[in-house]
Amino acid sequence: MDELVCIVCPRGCTMHIEKKADGAFVITGNGCKRGEQFAVSEMTAPMRTICTTVRTVFPAAPVLPVRVSADIPKERIFDVMQEINKVCVKKRLHRGDVVLQNVLGLSVDVIATSDLLREEGR
Amino acid sequence: MRTFDTVVIGGGPAGLAAALSAHENGAKVLLVEREARLGGILKQCIHDGFGLVRFGEKLSGPEYAERFIDDFKKAGIEATTLTFVTRIKKENDAFFVTLVSREGVETVTAKTLVLSTGCRERTAKQVSIHGTRPAGVFTAGTAQHLTNLLGELPTKKCVILGSGDIGLIMARRLTLEGAKVLGVYEAKPTPSGLTRNIHQCLHDYDIPLYLSHTVTRVFGDDRLSAVEISKVDEQMRPLSGTEQIVECDALILSVGLIPENELAETLGAELDRKTKGPVCNAQLMTSVDGVFSCGNALHVNDLVDYVSESGECAGKNAAHYKPKPRAEIAMEASDRFGYVVPQRLDINADNRETVLYFRSRDVLNGCTLKMHLDGKEVFSKKYPFLRPPEMERLEMDFSKFPLTASSRLELDIEVKANG
Repeated sequence: MDELVCIVCPRGCTMHIEKKADGAFVITGNGCKRGEQFAVSEMTAPMRTICTTVRTVFPAAPVLPVRVSADIPKERIFDVMQEINKVCVKKRLHRGDVVLQNVLGLSVDVIATSDLLREEGR
Repeated sequence: MRTFDTVVIGGGPAGLAAALSAHENGAKVLLVEREARLGGILKQCIHDGFGLVRFGEKLSGPEYAERFIDDFKKAGIEATTLTFVTRIKKENDAFFVTLVSREGVETVTAKTLVLSTGCRERTAKQVSIHGTRPAGVFTAGTAQHLTNLLGELPTKKCVILGSGDIGLIMARRLTLEGAKVLGVYEAKPTPSGLTRNIHQCLHDYDIPLYLSHTVTRVFGDDRLSAVEISKVDEQMRPLSGTEQIVECDALILSVGLIPENELAETLGAELDRKTKGPVCNAQLMTSVDGVFSCGNALHVNDLVDYVSESGECAGKNAAHYKPKPRAEIAMEASDRFGYVVPQRLDINADNRETVLYFRSRDVLNGCTLKMHLDGKEVFSKKYPFLRPPEMERLEMDFSKFPLTASSRLELDIEVKANG
């Protein structure tokens, strides 16, 4: 039996996972359904999000906060970071705008999470 | 002289929510912010997890703040940035607030004030670390500012002291940017941050956590070159003979936050020794009539959702405030509590939707919160566990209780003997 702390929400439930002979997982200790989904994904293909920054050409805002639009495989975090660190934003992007499309073919975009550059432009 | 109904001091999440709520409740509001942009510390909290309670979404700090900033701008509320409050004077039922900005000095008047000044980080001087004074000793918030707003990585190889949430978040952040985090050292026997952050920030990146360890000395001439780590006993006293030297170029401190209440103190507001914020009633009014407090200035929160909630409460009550005599009774919380907010109840006020925020002092399992009115149990609620890093929120309708000015309201946490 494996023990796992859920990271979906701040409640942080301690969950117990048992793998049945047929490969199915029995999860206990989760406070909601999202915990169950997290536990299964954690046992099969763990996924994580990345929040980071990209460089810009604007002196008043040298970096722009970004994140991936959906979770990516945990083991690809540093590969995606490498791609993100190659980017330099030259346009005054808005919050939600795509900075990097379909990064490494993972079907996930890197998007801006702030209107910082728009504000600086005013 | 410009006159307002409510002046809100501090444009972070608490102040934004307070200003919006005061405005919606009919007040003419001025929001004063010392930085160039609204949003407070959320501007540099680029990680996600904000807004789960409020919006049911995992937002980054800037996304959460900008939702409020967008609403604030749409509402047409007045704000003044790069502005400091240097003085507040109360005369008859009006406040005279002196502001200093690039435009010069201006005094505005207000009927009510909301103090949403946030909190400050404890520094190296406040945790008595000995040795030289080299560059490279940062608070986690400073490291976060350098990394996330200025795009400057402040370290290549560092040690983090304290397992507060910002320290854990920065351990992950610095690792993502290519720095080596040698370990997180915590003097207490239990972590200070949320359990999920121990997992997603440390375990995910193989960063070790050393409990009951602290930094006892720093070395280095111009720049930090190493730190001395010691084990500590239960009273957090370093144990001699356990010292080890760890080479690093930065020491990052995440050793606690303290509510910022310089203005509250100059106004004569009574402070709570436990929260280090003002003593408030359920309307979040301090001991000074017409002065309200919210967010991390009131008590240090772990979720921004509750910071916004307290801002809304303070803003709404500031907008509706009319001077009238108070009859306040204390919420007498037992030693099992770290703290309880609000600390008082004004029995002349509307206490139907009172929100209590509390923390236990220690990790407790299988416990029951009990409320006694004049010795008689009037309320109880079971909790499978209570942990100091995780604040609890409890809604109470106090109009159901026969409260009088001489009532004794006592709060306790009972723990099962063998729980």
